[in-house]
Amino acid sequence: PLPEKFVVKGVVDRFSEEFVETRRKALDKFLKRITDHPVLSFNEHFNIFLTAKDLNAYKKQGMALLSKMGESVKYVTGGYKLRSRPLEFAAIGDYLDTFSLKLGTIDRIAQRIIKEQFEYLVELREYGPVYSTWGGLELELSEPLEGVSACIGNCCTALEELSEDMTEDFLPVLREYILYAESMKNVLKKRDQVQAEYEAKLEAVALKREDRPKVPTDVEKCQDRVECFNADLKADMERWQNNKRQDFRQLLMGMADKNIQYYEKCLTAWESIIPLLQDKPETK
Amino acid sequence: MEDCLAKKMEITVSEAEKRTGRNAMNIQETYTAYLIETRAVESQTEGQCAPVESLWRRYSEFELLRNYLSVTYPHIVVPPLPEKRADFVWHKLSADNMDPDFVERRRIGLENFLLRVASHPVLCQDKIFYAFLMQEGGWKEMVNETGFQLKADSRLKALNATFRVKNPDKRFTELKHYSDELQSVISHLLRVRARVADRLYGVYKVHGNYGRVFSEWSAIEKEMGDGLQSAGHHMDVYAASIDDILEEEEHYADQLKEYLFYAEALRAVCRKHELMQYDLEMAAQDLTSKKQQCEELATGTVRTFSLKGMTSKLFGQETPEQREAKIKVLEEQIREGEEQLKSKNLEGRDFVKSAWADIERFKEQKNHDLKEALISYAVMQISMCKKGIQVWTNAKECFSKM
Repeated sequence: PLPEKFVVKGVVDRFSEEFVETRRKALDKFLKRITDHPVLSFNEHFNIFLTAKDLNAYKKQGMALLSKMGESVKYVTGGYKLRSRPLEFAAIGDYLDTFSLKLGTIDRIAQRIIKEQFEYLVELREYGPVYSTWGGLELELSEPLEGVSACIGNCCTALEELSEDMTEDFLPVLREYILYAESMKNVLKKRDQVQAEYEAKLEAVALKREDRPKVPTDVEKCQDRVECFNADLKADMERWQNNKRQDFRQLLMGMADKNIQYYEKCLTAWESIIPLLQDKPETK
Repeated sequence: MEDCLAKKMEITVSEAEKRTGRNAMNIQETYTAYLIETRAVESQTEGQCAPVESLWRRYSEFELLRNYLSVTYPHIVVPPLPEKRADFVWHKLSADNMDPDFVERRRIGLENFLLRVASHPVLCQDKIFYAFLMQEGGWKEMVNETGFQLKADSRLKALNATFRVKNPDKRFTELKHYSDELQSVISHLLRVRARVADRLYGVYKVHGNYGRVFSEWSAIEKEMGDGLQSAGHHMDVYAASIDDILEEEEHYADQLKEYLFYAEALRAVCRKHELMQYDLEMAAQDLTSKKQQCEELATGTVRTFSLKGMTSKLFGQETPEQREAKIKVLEEQIREGEEQLKSKNLEGRDFVKSAWADIERFKEQKNHDLKEALISYAVMQISMCKKGIQVWTNAKECFSKM
C-alpha cells in the first residue's frame, strides 16, 4: 500500500522536514516492495512510472484503462455473493483481522508511551534547573549541585531523541503494516468475488438443464481464473508472511535498540558526575 | 565528638505498633507507638553483650523532647523531627498517617533524630534526653518540672524583635536569608521530584500493556510466536521494576526533607540572636533615657517637652526634697541598669560565640550529608539505567529470535 496521504493525528505541516523525510522513507519502501514482487515488477505501467519523463501523455491512455477497470470492478462486485470461504482462506482472513487488531493496539500503546514520556520530559525540564538554583545558594555544594543539574539536562536530551525516533521511525512503519494488512484483506475479497462468479455461473448452467455434458467455455475460464487466483494468493501470502517476519524483527529490534541507547546515554551522564560529587575541595 | 553518647551506646527505633488509648481529654484515639532500644557499647569485653533496654514512646513525646531542647539550648541548631503529616506525596504514595509505609519511614526518621542528638557534643549530655531513652515512666513530669515552657520566648516577642532590631550581627542576618532561600529551594525541589516520580511511573506502567498485546499476538503467529511471547514477559518485568526504584528514591527525598526542616532550626537560632540583640538595644535605650532624666532633674533644665514640665510650670515646681528623692531613685535604677546592660552584653556575646561555633559544625555536617545524599541519588539513577539496559537487551534478543 501507499503511505498515508494525510496524517491522522493533528495538523502536520506538509512541507516540514520531518514529515517529508518520513514520507520519503515510506515511498522508498513502497517502490522497493513493488520491485521485489515477482509479478508486479514486470508490470508495464510500473515501468512507465519509473522511466517516463512526462506522465501526462500516458495518463490519457491510462484513463481508458481506468474506466475499463472501474467497469470490471463494478461488474465483479455486482450481485455475486460467496456462500462460504474455503477453510484455508478463512484462516488467512481471520489471521489478518486479528493481526490488524493487534497492530492497532500496539500503535495506541506506542502513542501513549510517547505522550507519557513527553509529560515526564516536561517535569524533568523543571527539575534540573532547581538544582542549579540551589547551587547558587551554596559554596562547597555549588559544583556538585550544578553537576546534577547538567546531568538531568543530558537525560532530557536523550529522552527527546528517543521520543523523536519512535515517532519518526517506529510509528510510520507500524501504520504502514496496518494498511498492508488491509490491502491483503481486499485481495482476499477479490478472490471471493472471483470464486462467487464462478459458482454462480456454474449454478446457472446447472439450472438450465442443458443436455450438453460439456461445460461451456466461459465457465471453464472462470474456473481457471479461480484456481490461478488461489495459487497466486497463497504464494503472495507466504511471501508477505516472510517479509512481515523480517520487517517486524527489524522494527522491534530497532525499538529495543533505541531504548538501550537512551539508557546508555543517561548512564554515561550519571557515571561521569560521580567523581565530581566525591571530590573533596582542595582548600578551605 | 569524643565523649558523645552515640559512641557509648547503640540506639535504635526498632518497631512501630498501633495502639489505642485515652488521651488528655479522655477521648479514645488510635496512635502509633515506637520502640526505642538501647544497648551500651562494650568495647573492651569480648563475647559479652550488654543487655538491651527498651521502652515505647509516641510521636508527641518526641515533640515534647525537641521543644525542651530548643528552649533549653537556643544557641544550638537542634535536629528536626520527621514530618508530622505526609507532605510532597505523589499519587501512589499514601498521605495517611497510619499507612505502613509512612509509619516505616517515620520510624527511620525518628531513629535518625535520636542518633543526631546523641552525636551532638552538647545535646547528648542532657539529662532529660538520657531519661527519654532510659526511663519510661514519669518522664513527662520530669520535663515539665524543668519549667522550660516558661523560658520559651513568645512568637509575638520574637516577631517584634525581628522588625525592630537595629544592629544585629550581619552574619546572622545573612544566615537567616540563606535558611529562607534553602527552605524555598528544597520545597520546590521536593514538589517537582514528586511530579517527576509520578510521570516516570506512568511511562513504565504503560509498557506493561506491550506484555499483554505481545502475548495475544504471539498466539496467532507460528515462527514469531515464541520470540514475541518472551519479549512480552520482559516488558512486564520492566513495568514492574518501577515500584522498587521509586521506593528507594523516597529515601533520598527523606534526606532532603531533613535539611528542609533543619532550615527552620537555623532560623530559630537567628531569631534568638535578634531577640537578645533587641533586648540589649532596648535596655541600653532605657538606660540612656533614665540618665537623661536624671541630668535634667539635677540641672533643672528641661530639654524636651514633657507633661511634668508643663504641670510644674502650671502648678509650681516641686520642692528640692522631692527632687532629691527622685534623683536618688533614678540613680539606683541607673546603677541596676548598668549592671544589667553589662550582663546582657556578656550574654549576647557568649550566645553569638557559641551559636556561631555550632553553626559552623552544622555547615560541615550539612555539606557532608548532602554530598552523600547526591552520590546515593546518582547511584540510584545508575542502577535504574543499568536495569533498563538489561531488560531491553533481553527483549532485543527475543526479537532477534523471531
